[in-house]
Amino acid sequence: MERDEESSGPMMEMCTNGGGEETSNRRPIISGEPLDIEAYASLYKGRTKIMRLLFIASHCGGNQTMQLEALRMAYDEIKKGENTQLFRDVVNRINGRLGDKYKMDSAWCESVDRRAEQKKGRLENELSSYRVMKYVVLFMCCLVCLHRSFLVNHYLDNETNLIKESIRMGHNDFGDFYYACGLLSDAFKNYVRTRDYCTTAKHIIHMCMNAILVSIEMGQFTHVSSYVNKAEQNPETLDPIVAAKLRCASGLAHLELKKYKLAARKFLDVSPELGNSYNEVIAPQDAKVIDNINFRDFLELVPEVRELINDFYSSRYASCLEYLGSLRANLLLDIHLHDHVDTLYDQIRKKALIQYTLPFVSVDLSRMADAFKTSVSGLEKELEALITDNQIQARIDSHNKILYARHADQRNATFQKVLQMGNEFDRDVRSMMLRANLLKHEYHARAGRNH
Amino acid sequence: GLCSSEISITIGGMSSTENLITSIQGLSASSGDLSALHRILKGAEETLHADSDLQLSTLEQLDPSKHSLGYLYLLDVLTCGGPMSKEKASEVVLLIARFITSCDADQIRLASDKFVSLCKGFKDRVLELEDPLRGVAPLLTAVRKVQVSTKRLTALHPDCLQLCLQAKCYKAGFSILSDDILEVDQPRDFYLYCYYGGMICIGQKKFQKALELLYNVVTAPMHSVNAIALEAYKKYVLVTLIHSGQFSVSLPKCASTAAQRHLKTWSISHLQFNPMISAALYPILARSLYVAYNFYRSPFSQPYTEVGNCYNEGKISELQAVVVAHSSDFEKDNNLGLVKQAVSSLYKRNILRLTQKYLTLSLQDIANMVQLANAKEAEMHVLQMIQDGQIHALINQKDGMVRFLEDPEQYKTSEMIEVMDSVIQRTIGLSKNLIAMDESLSCDPLYLGKVGRERQRYDFGEDFDTVPQKFSM
Repeated sequence: MERDEESSGPMMEMCTNGGGEETSNRRPIISGEPLDIEAYASLYKGRTKIMRLLFIASHCGGNQTMQLEALRMAYDEIKKGENTQLFRDVVNRINGRLGDKYKMDSAWCESVDRRAEQKKGRLENELSSYRVMKYVVLFMCCLVCLHRSFLVNHYLDNETNLIKESIRMGHNDFGDFYYACGLLSDAFKNYVRTRDYCTTAKHIIHMCMNAILVSIEMGQFTHVSSYVNKAEQNPETLDPIVAAKLRCASGLAHLELKKYKLAARKFLDVSPELGNSYNEVIAPQDAKVIDNINFRDFLELVPEVRELINDFYSSRYASCLEYLGSLRANLLLDIHLHDHVDTLYDQIRKKALIQYTLPFVSVDLSRMADAFKTSVSGLEKELEALITDNQIQARIDSHNKILYARHADQRNATFQKVLQMGNEFDRDVRSMMLRANLLKHEYHARAGRNH
Repeated sequence: GLCSSEISITIGGMSSTENLITSIQGLSASSGDLSALHRILKGAEETLHADSDLQLSTLEQLDPSKHSLGYLYLLDVLTCGGPMSKEKASEVVLLIARFITSCDADQIRLASDKFVSLCKGFKDRVLELEDPLRGVAPLLTAVRKVQVSTKRLTALHPDCLQLCLQAKCYKAGFSILSDDILEVDQPRDFYLYCYYGGMICIGQKKFQKALELLYNVVTAPMHSVNAIALEAYKKYVLVTLIHSGQFSVSLPKCASTAAQRHLKTWSISHLQFNPMISAALYPILARSLYVAYNFYRSPFSQPYTEVGNCYNEGKISELQAVVVAHSSDFEKDNNLGLVKQAVSSLYKRNILRLTQKYLTLSLQDIANMVQLANAKEAEMHVLQMIQDGQIHALINQKDGMVRFLEDPEQYKTSEMIEVMDSVIQRTIGLSKNLIAMDESLSCDPLYLGKVGRERQRYDFGEDFDTVPQKFSM
């Protein structure tokens, strides 16, 4: 594999390699379009890097070299951290294929585990001691209140705050620790517990950010949204990087929940200065745009996507769709977009079709088919579906293969509607009167019986 | 009145029947006399039944048009007997028919119950003789004569419709249906009226009106579902498909809760329920139904909802499969013809959808898209639809192309203006009716009593301060 220093390298490379090779099958096989894993992985750091590498490995299909490469890098990365569970997992998957150096290093595992135990013990001790201190202080507070010595009271208040702070830090540390070990739910619990001890807005934000991080890893995106909301409600102005991070997170959340439009907007709001500072979670290239204008700055980073957008706007749909095709394989490897690639592509295509037909009164179907690189009958079917959904107002002249725009006649339509409403009113009122009559009769009958 | 009966008793020697005849002849002139006569007749009813002197020939002494009231009573006594021979029945039927045609409407309205029961007996005889056609015209006349106003439903309406159905005189039945019924005395009459009326409209292919009538039955307020509503529901589902092509499993919101719960899942088709005959047995059947419905809760009207759901999907082959699978059920309910019509309407609906999307289309393409066998069949369907006015199109036979056109109606002609005018007038009339109904209801003592009672429970504020104190209980 070539080592490419440029971060946008892999994409460019792919473009030249795979421009014509548009694979239309849905399986995530990349044949002949090598993804430079190292460059890709260098965009990320931390836990997400490991996860992404593993994802690539599992979705590589038959491509052995790529898989092994990914696994090797994952192994290296894990060893830098403290996550033994993942380590075991990766070793299993390597299965001895990479040679002796990458075997199961049980000694390392054990040492890591021991260290983890110790640290955990220590943290727990600290935390419990803080708690004890907290109670002691509270008790003294009560005593002082009884004696009404206000100065002392004030001093104790500070003490309480300090205790609170320590407890919060303690929980935080716990959370970090669990996160490093890979025990995500525990980490999450601890982060949430810090909420009780947050005194300033900054703390709250910090807590939220951590919670968001863990939630994203766990895949619980509803939590992500709620914490983002919580952080945003904070009256203090957030510093721009944090704000951008928040928006990224919410963008991700929305992506998962299939609210693509919202996701797109959120991603766009992320200002370009974000750069690589939030690499733990996301890389700027991943921001995918359907329709928007403010995205120019970002595009410097990804000439690929910029080409694409340009084409879209200048209606060079054929080339646009080609680019999409080539990017598609790589996108499939991306953890977050994997499930949504197909739907996104579909929607992009539909949007392109609609845009194409908007300005015309009549469109020759054969030329349109060339532009979109399909056959005329296939195009007819797609258009038919769009017309049924009411997204295009037109009709197809199947004999001459022309699409005619159709403008509804307002006046006639209004007349029709009026007559229809008149009839409906007629029927409904008469039905109502009959029912009222029946009810009245029944009521009288019952009253007659009672009296 | 007293003097007349005294006279008849004191004259003695003459038989009571002859007395009666004389009274009738004498007292049929003015309305005051008529009420007196009415009292005599009511008093004499008992003796008349026992009197063996009374024969059909006795009636020849009376003129049905002048002595309608008396004639009615005597006729009723003579014909309400049990089974009679075919000849006698035929004679009786003829007599009654003549009476109905020539009687005086005002007189018989004084004893409308008797008249109604006479006519019902007449209908039964006619059905026994298996010659329903004989009864159609007389009953039509009877309905018109006994009706107090065209807005009011009489007990004779459903009988008349039933005869029309049996005799397949749909046009005659349809003439009754064109009245707007707004007042109803007996719910049972109403249900039967709507059900039979719906069937007649289906026969005339007037699906809009059929839908209205069946809708009225299905949504009528009722505490527990009765058999008529059930059968009506089945037909309602099918007619909805034919007319508007949309099926939804849930009933309209205004339907009673009982209907909403049970109509979908419950049916008693396995009891060989023939609605026309059992209308006479209805009271007995109804009671047994109320008791027994818990035992029969099996999904028998499910075939209909299945058909409906399949139709919504729009796939012809699946729909046909469902129809074939349940054809025995449909057969039992006499609904197979209707189901077939529903299936063919699906083809039409699919073709209609095509007109929305295409300007021109070849016949072969149409056949392919709608899953017809070949272009010839497609041509037939399209022609039929053009004739029915469902689509506007031109068929070019040379190259097998169909060109769909827009609706040429421009809403500029004077006929259209008349149509709109009449719709406006109707709407105004209906509004007036509504207001009148509201006013009469607010004066109804029963209603006020109920509101007064509930006033203690709910705080209505100033709304009901106008309710006088004496109505609060």
